[in-house]
Amino acid sequence: MIPFGGWLMPVQYTGIVDEHQAVRNALGMFDISHMGQFVVSGNGARDWLDITLTNSISKLDVGQGQYTFLLNDNGGVIDDLIVYRTGDAEFLLVVNAAKVEEDFAWLEQHRATGIALKNRSAEFGGVAIQGPCVVELFYELLGQDPKLPARNCIRDFVIEDMPVSIARTGYTGEDGVEVFFRVQDAAKLWNLVLERGKEFGAKPCGLGARDTLRLEMCYPLNGSDLSAERNPIEAGLGFFVDLEKREFTGRDKLLETKRNGARERLIAFKMNGTGPPPRPHYALFSNGNRVGEITSGTLSPSLNIGIGMGYVSAASAKIGTPLEVEIRGQKFPATIEKKPLYKKQL
Amino acid sequence: MNVPDNLLYTKTHEWIRREGDNIRIGITDHAQAELTDVVFVELPKVGTQVAAQAPIAVVESVKAASDIYAPVKGTVVEANNALTNNPALINTDPFGEGWIFALKIDNADDLKNLQSAQAYKDQIG
Repeated sequence: MIPFGGWLMPVQYTGIVDEHQAVRNALGMFDISHMGQFVVSGNGARDWLDITLTNSISKLDVGQGQYTFLLNDNGGVIDDLIVYRTGDAEFLLVVNAAKVEEDFAWLEQHRATGIALKNRSAEFGGVAIQGPCVVELFYELLGQDPKLPARNCIRDFVIEDMPVSIARTGYTGEDGVEVFFRVQDAAKLWNLVLERGKEFGAKPCGLGARDTLRLEMCYPLNGSDLSAERNPIEAGLGFFVDLEKREFTGRDKLLETKRNGARERLIAFKMNGTGPPPRPHYALFSNGNRVGEITSGTLSPSLNIGIGMGYVSAASAKIGTPLEVEIRGQKFPATIEKKPLYKKQL
Repeated sequence: MNVPDNLLYTKTHEWIRREGDNIRIGITDHAQAELTDVVFVELPKVGTQVAAQAPIAVVESVKAASDIYAPVKGTVVEANNALTNNPALINTDPFGEGWIFALKIDNADDLKNLQSAQAYKDQIG
């Protein structure tokens, strides 16, 4: 167990690689009750969120969600989050545990009149159930074709008298859902999923596997790959920023980055051969010059090779560029690769 | 957890087997279980002279890199090259095939500073 965002969280249950493979090949369940859940409502909620977050909220129909950023005035990332439109004028925001207070304070401070902002994190928990057997599992849980929501969408269900919201989202690159529920139902739901999931090989998964799975997909981790000093353009996540919008916090800075080009970019790399796994803060070199630093690194259980992400100077950020990773004074060759680093074999 | 009675132990989870003037060193079953999935081992070079408690090898799991310390002062006389291709031996056989290195010890009296199996059991609870 380790402290994580104010919570005590398990790094692993049966082992990182074992849990990782369960998610890639069958089913894994992560406790995500530590994540923050905010409800934003009121007549102007959509317009207000549209100027507060980077992605295009106005494109969301009821029941749809999208990945987006909350930026500071300099375009730096306060948090990355998913916003779901749960009603005509009601939205659910799922944010990082370590950022709950900061996000909420920022939103409260910038709240427009007529908008209600509620932090329901203490009353609601969540689990992420991820892996190719997820539909079969819900067939078992609901006793019929579950008709799970489409990718990025959310809908309410009842599982054995427990009211839940199920979103077809995740942080692993596998098909999967995130289920949000009342805290009093947490233990019952957790045990129920493990029991019904047994026949599919479902395993409880910790933070360790969560990290290896998301890193193979090059999904960023706030606090490591994202920070208040980095903006989404530098992180290569411009897809989740709608620069066509006339107004949103941080827009001017992002346009400037877009115009002038980012000084550094978040790249993904693979080690060229076996060796020690890359780790955060190791230095990255190109042609003998230090060009940046690793922000996330591990041994990829799916690829069985060292992988990572890091910011390097824009001139050294092209796909295919040879890099060297300095590990305990010795340099090991690596190559910048296209994201994601792992692609499902169909 | 397996803690063989015939070995000595350090506070930092190394085990030590006496073999005449030499000692063989690895990490305990408890340590490998905590680290899980060992994926890389940086072995010491044979001939290296090392002080007691100095870091001499590195064991890396998916989770983290961990230093391995010399339990006493000595000279490295063997390193387990089998770990280069199969680092998981540390997980599957921590007290056997998963040994990491052997030291020729300078002074056998230094071994008195190491703890017994019972003391190590008490340490890990």
